[in-house]
Formats: sequence, C-alpha cells, structure tokens
Amino acid sequence: MAEVPVSWFLTLSAVLFVLGVSGFLFRRNIITVFMSIELMLNAVNLTFITFAYQLKQVNGHLFAFFVMVVAAAEATVGLAIILTVFKNRSTLNIDDVNSMKN
Amino acid sequence: MPVSSFASSLDMARFLPELILTIAGTLLMVLDPVIHKRSSSLFGHLSILALLAGIGGALYGYAHRGPAFGGLLMVDGFATFFTVLVMVVGILTVLPSYKFLQREDAETSEFHALLLFSVAGQCIMASANELIVIFIGLEISSIASYVMAGYLRDDKRANEAALKYFLLGSFATAFFLYGVALIYGATGTINLSAVRAVILGPNAPAPVFIGVAAAIMFVGLAFKVSAAPFQIWAPDVYQGAPTPVSAFLSAGPKAAAFAVFLRIFMTAFEPIAGGWVPLVWICALLSMTVGNFAALLQTNVKRMLAYSSIAHAGYVLVALTAQSEVGTAAAMFYLAGYAFMNVGAFAVVSHLSGRGEKYQDIESFKGLAQKQPLTAAMLTIFLLSLIGVPLTGGFFGKFYIFKAALESHLVWLTVLGLLNSAVAAYYYLRILVMMYMHEPGEAVRDIEPLTPSLGLALILPAIGTLFLGIFPGWVLDFAGKSSNLLK
Repeated sequence: MAEVPVSWFLTLSAVLFVLGVSGFLFRRNIITVFMSIELMLNAVNLTFITFAYQLKQVNGHLFAFFVMVVAAAEATVGLAIILTVFKNRSTLNIDDVNSMKN
Repeated sequence: MPVSSFASSLDMARFLPELILTIAGTLLMVLDPVIHKRSSSLFGHLSILALLAGIGGALYGYAHRGPAFGGLLMVDGFATFFTVLVMVVGILTVLPSYKFLQREDAETSEFHALLLFSVAGQCIMASANELIVIFIGLEISSIASYVMAGYLRDDKRANEAALKYFLLGSFATAFFLYGVALIYGATGTINLSAVRAVILGPNAPAPVFIGVAAAIMFVGLAFKVSAAPFQIWAPDVYQGAPTPVSAFLSAGPKAAAFAVFLRIFMTAFEPIAGGWVPLVWICALLSMTVGNFAALLQTNVKRMLAYSSIAHAGYVLVALTAQSEVGTAAAMFYLAGYAFMNVGAFAVVSHLSGRGEKYQDIESFKGLAQKQPLTAAMLTIFLLSLIGVPLTGGFFGKFYIFKAALESHLVWLTVLGLLNSAVAAYYYLRILVMMYMHEPGEAVRDIEPLTPSLGLALILPAIGTLFLGIFPGWVLDFAGKSSNLLK
C-alpha cells in the first residue's frame, strides 16, 4: 500500500489555515469567528505533527499538546467574554459590537 | 532540544521572578474569600510586594545569569532588562488601580492575581530562547490581559474591548504559531540559536521557506505590538478597557512583545535580514504616520493615547530596522522611557475621568492646572516626554533611535520619522493648552483630591521620565552592554 505523501498533509493544513483566516475575516457571528481561530490552531497542530512524522522526532507531537492545552485555556476565557458581550447587548453579530468609533 | 535532567537549583534561580509572581498570584486568589472587604487594599499591597520581590529575584537571577532548563530560557542582560521593566510597569499599574477599583466598586483579588500572571508571562517572553516557550509566555500574558481588559463586567465598552482584544490577539497568536510550525519543519528545531545555525549551515533549507515562515511570524508579532497595518484593534481596546488596564496594555505586553521581536529577528533571522528589513521599514513608516495623523483627529483622550502608542511602536520599529546592536540598545532605552511616560499619562486620565469613566474627552482637561497644579505638572512632564522635548526620557529615546537609524544609513526613514514627531507635538500640546489656558470645566470641578497611592502613581513615573532624560547614560550603558544577544 502506497503511503500518503507528506506534502498532502501540509497542503491540507495550509488549506485549513487559510479557511480559518477567511472565516475570521468574513464571518459575522462571533462564535463562528471564534471557531475559525480554533480551526487555524488545529491547522497548526496538523503541521506540527506532519513535520514530526517527517523528521522522526517526538518534539513535534509535544508541541501539538502544548497548543491544545493553550487553546483550551483560550477557549475558556474567550467563551466567557463572548457570554458577557451577549448578556450586555443581546446580539452575537460582530458588526453590532461597535460603540466606540468617533 | 533535549532537556538533560530535572531542573537544577541554578535553573530555579534563573526562573525566580516567574516563580515568585505565579505563587503570589495563586496566593491572592486563595486569600480572596478569607479577607474582609474592608481591608481589600491589602490585595494591592500584596501584589506590589510580590512585584518588588520579583524584581529582587530578577536581579538575583542576573547575578547567576546563563541558560536555564537546557536552553529553553536565556537569562542575560537583555532578559533581565525587560523582566525588570515589565515588573516596574506592573507596580505602576497597581498604584492607580487602588483608587480606580474602589471608585468602580470592583475591589477583588482577581484583578491583582491576573496582573501578576500577565506579568509572569511577560517575564517568560523576555527570557525565552525557544519558539514554543515564547508562545507559552505570550499566551500566559495575553489570556490574563484579555480578562483584565473586560474586568468591569457590566460595562459595555469594557466588554467590547475585551472581545476585540481576545479575537485579534488569538488571531495573531495563531499566525505566530503557524510560522513556528513552518520553522520547525524547515530546520528541525525551534531553539533560536539552533535555527540560526541551520540557516547558516551547509544544509540550509530553501530561503523561500524560511522567508515565508519569518513573514508569518512577523505578522503575528506586528499585531501584538500594534504596528500598522495590524493596529486596527488598539484604539478600541485602549479606549474601552479600564484606564489602569489600558496603561498596562500599552506598556507591559508591548515591551515584552518587542523583546521577543528583537530576540527572534536579531538572532535566528539575522542571516536573512536582507529579506525582512524592507518589510519592517514599511511597517515602521506606516505605524508612525497612521498613528500620528489619526491621533490628530481624536477627541477622546484614551483613543488619542492609543493612536500615539501606535506611532511610538513605529519609532521602536525604526530601531529594529537599523538592525544593529546600537539599534537594539536604542529600542530597549526607548521602551523603558515610553513605559514611564505613557503609564503616567494614563494614570492622570484615570484620576480625572471619575466614576464610570465619564470624562474622557479632551475638553475635560480644561483648567486642571488651577485646581490641581501637581497633577497638571506631572501630566506636563509626560506629554513633553511623549513629544520628545530635551531633558525627558522621550527625547533621548528618539535621539538614540534616529542616531542608530542614521548609522545604518536609513536617511529617509530618519527624515520621515522626525517630521512625524513634529506632527505629534500638535496633539500633545492641545492637552497642555486645555490644562493651562482655560477656566475649569465640569470634569475638573468634579475631580477628587489626590490619594497617596495616586500621588505615587504620578510622581514615580515622572521621576523615571526625568531620570532617563537627565542621566540617560546609566540605562543606556546597561542596554548597550546587553544588546549583544547570544547567537
């Protein structure tokens, strides 16, 4: 059975990353925007693991774990912030959270 | 990098500031339910004590300097400089927040615990020598500061600030991290010295690959230091966050992010400087121009200071563009001076703005000199320093930066930077005119008398600003000695 080439994984993670970036830029729902960031972090994880596989090192796997832990911490704080925003404004549309421009 | 054995006592000595701050922060959270509301200024005292102990720890670590934890951290003069700087910023943030928290009826230990955690993260950033450690320090610092930006839960503006800071901050982190992953793939290591060795070595990866990775990391870091064109979040965040927090955000995390910036680009990516210097050149010019011209149009003082902080990030980027040890030393000096003057200016705004931060308009400063001459005098010092008038830290900061730029033959950038400083003088002077040449307005009539902690919060940064302006040699000598980063 032929192995899947490494470049395919790298391409996939690059595509996922770009999808995350475009989701961040173009989506208007705060939760979706937040999910796009998580998608970007997961793309990074995939990259780390692919390279770890290619380099035959265990380090890359460890980095992926660090990223997951940090992403979890970030999600905790982020969802709490999104909750308070929703409580104060009753909207999750990012364009409505805009009270400070002159 | 393999970590040889479990941490030695020498490692611990070099890690002392972070240890002290983390333990103190945890202790504060545990103490919260035990301590009576009446004695809640105790939290502030404790965190100042912890930060002072942290500074002591950093100096102790400096006496035993060297790599820690198998090269994960590098405790050298550069690291100690920034570690002490962010802890001083921490102290200068706690001082005005006594009054602020009392006024907003929000005295809890969380504020101080989060501050200590955030400062601990910045200390890690200052001494990290490996990309994943930098990432973890960055996140410790950022996650705590996201919460601090939204500390006043029921305040709409604070919510918005926290949300924007969180979303843009995490976005930037993801970018930085993707760059780290690519560097790991290209070089097989994430230790800064090792990355440099691989780039210079016989089996160097394709320059395009390293270039793309460096560019992506650059974008992430540029977001963090709020350099144009990635500055979009800064005005809203600094305006909406509680004022002592804005002061903190504009000085602490920014100084730490610049420390990371300098360390990465002056060690690992120095061999490919030809590629990134033009990028930084453009970013520096854009930041100065966008920051200063947008600040001209602002009527909200916090927003104006936010744009001014973008412009100041531009000046520091000029020092990075110089790409020399003189430039690094100039950036270090500038960040120290900037921390004092900006935190001081924000402390005055915090004092004046009153309960609920009603008075943030530039008109609020009308007649401040008549009612509280001391406050007005201190703000004058900060503003003159932000303009860059001689005898203040801001003057020598700019002087050294542009001197370094000229030595690296960046004539155009220097000329445009100096023109920019002239533009900046206008909007700072406007506040001075309001304070000294008008009758007291509503905000000044409502102003409360200075408390001892607030007085200290104004006088200490003023002393720092003047000290750097009158005896710049002391700090500059140290910066010059430590700007020779290990490669």
